[in-house]
Amino acid sequence: MTSDQEVSTSIRLEACAKTFDDGTRALEPIDLEIAGGETVVLLGPSGCGKTTTLRIIAGLEAPDPGGRVLFGSDDVTPLPIESRNVGMVFQSYALFPNMTVRENVAYGLMVRNVPKPERAVRVGEMLAMMHIEELADRRIDQLSGGQRQRVALARAIAVRPRVLLLDEPLTALDASLRERLRIEINDLLRSLGITAVYVTHDQGEAMAIGDRIVVMRKGVVAQIGSPKDIYYRPANAFVADFIGTSNRLTGHLSNGALSFQGGSIPWQRSEAAELTVMFRPQDAEIVAPTEAQIAGRIANVYFLGDRTKIILEAIGQGPIVVETTAQADFVIGSNVGLKINPDRIFEIDGET
Amino acid sequence: MKRSRIFYVNLAFTLLVCAFLIVPIFLSMLAGVTVNFFQGIKSGLTLSWVIEVWSLYADTIFLSLLIAVACLICNLLIGVPAAYVLARKSGRVARMIEETLVLPIAIPGLAIALALIVTYGGIREFRLSWLFILVGHVLYTLPFMIRSVLAVLSSFDFRTLEEGAASLGAGFWKRFRTIIIPNCRAGILAGSLMVVTLSVGEFNLTWMLHTPLTKTLPVGLADSYASMRLEIGSAYTLVFLIMILPLLIALQLYGRPRAAKTTISDPE
Repeated sequence: MTSDQEVSTSIRLEACAKTFDDGTRALEPIDLEIAGGETVVLLGPSGCGKTTTLRIIAGLEAPDPGGRVLFGSDDVTPLPIESRNVGMVFQSYALFPNMTVRENVAYGLMVRNVPKPERAVRVGEMLAMMHIEELADRRIDQLSGGQRQRVALARAIAVRPRVLLLDEPLTALDASLRERLRIEINDLLRSLGITAVYVTHDQGEAMAIGDRIVVMRKGVVAQIGSPKDIYYRPANAFVADFIGTSNRLTGHLSNGALSFQGGSIPWQRSEAAELTVMFRPQDAEIVAPTEAQIAGRIANVYFLGDRTKIILEAIGQGPIVVETTAQADFVIGSNVGLKINPDRIFEIDGET
Repeated sequence: MKRSRIFYVNLAFTLLVCAFLIVPIFLSMLAGVTVNFFQGIKSGLTLSWVIEVWSLYADTIFLSLLIAVACLICNLLIGVPAAYVLARKSGRVARMIEETLVLPIAIPGLAIALALIVTYGGIREFRLSWLFILVGHVLYTLPFMIRSVLAVLSSFDFRTLEEGAASLGAGFWKRFRTIIIPNCRAGILAGSLMVVTLSVGEFNLTWMLHTPLTKTLPVGLADSYASMRLEIGSAYTLVFLIMILPLLIALQLYGRPRAAKTTISDPE
């Protein structure tokens, strides 16, 4: 059952929905294809169905009838988690308090009846890999959060699982540690070449770790794409708002230009009478009022060190956020022009 | 270190309370080895009462220990899994069962005994055997074991721990043995302590359920107080304490270093 070096198992979900006993629909039918060796991040606010999806892949939840889960070509739908050969890292780590670090890491091997000498070697490798050799004989309650995280990872990969599943593994840690471990996990996933599914509500984490990101909302997939796709080509306003800051302009289209309060931009890519476009704060710049087709007023300025964040008003329906690395003095209340990089303006579905 | 007057007042009060509780026991034990209690200690010390108690009541002592051990085993086999199931199920039915289980504590032992006799008394073999008493004891002690294990189970997230073990390939029994039981150890030990203590000392139920051939220690004790010399009853108490105290102390000590390293059992 310990299939060696079967490291790049693909995962396929077919029409997996989840309705809980009390009738709540946690997940609308979802189809998802994850290539072998790929890291896919399930991203969304709480209650979006991302954890449910992960638990269906893990085998901790069964999909509603009709749904299927495939690992490679094996249909694992009827198998419970203990027969799926997955590695899982839990948000609370789920380390066994009645065992030492070494025993925790060895647990999966012990369950699989790996002979003792081989077990010891493998556990040693895992501890070395995660830099926790000196903690081997500690009890779990003697470890810090970051150390627990490493033990949980070591324990999950010690059994050489077909897929690695991570459920908000960094949420319980403080910000600086999160940053460091995020990089470590990323390196680890790359070096193992393992198929991984990572659940988070943190878009920064998703961007850094995912080959692809599945943005979810209320049990429905809002968008699937590479981090760049998701960031620059959000499928709808929800994705745009969830991933970083975005500015939206809604206006009327006539004569090849989109007009809104404060000015207009050339727009030939649509036939609609009214539409919404979006752009990111760093894709626009503040210029003199005469040099731009859009005019507004500076409502607020935040100096952030490496860049400056400027809030503009009197453009479109709401405040517009611009981030610039320019060192100019921006005076609150002054009238300025706004120039948006035309390659970075995208039409989106305006409904939130 | 200089201690305040309050400390000494507290200390004196504590010692006084202890003395109030311990002195009668000590005097009773002393009476058991005194030649004539009414003449006092100057009549001399003797072990003859103890020997007489042993010859008269040794079987009650062994029966009590047998029932206590059997009761503990039943509690471990029924109570621990029952607590686990109750902790897993969150519904109303589970809560109702949990409450119902406490009833034997609230209902007088005599009433329970009567109910048992009315229901099962007709089965002669059963009525005459010590197993009849065992059933009463299990009924009476089970809530203590279940409560104790439930308390521990609700103090840690055993569901997630189980999911963790399952993700590593452990099936239900493996998880139960290597994760649930070891992490419930403190509760199981505390429960065991209660069960053994309650079973050995149980009188109400047992008095109703016993037959002349199935007398337990407390029943024998009552018997000796009622019909024998005071010295014999006291000697009996002495024997009782000598038998039960080491058992309780051992259980306590075993339960003390609760986070002691438990090794993973190896599948052979």
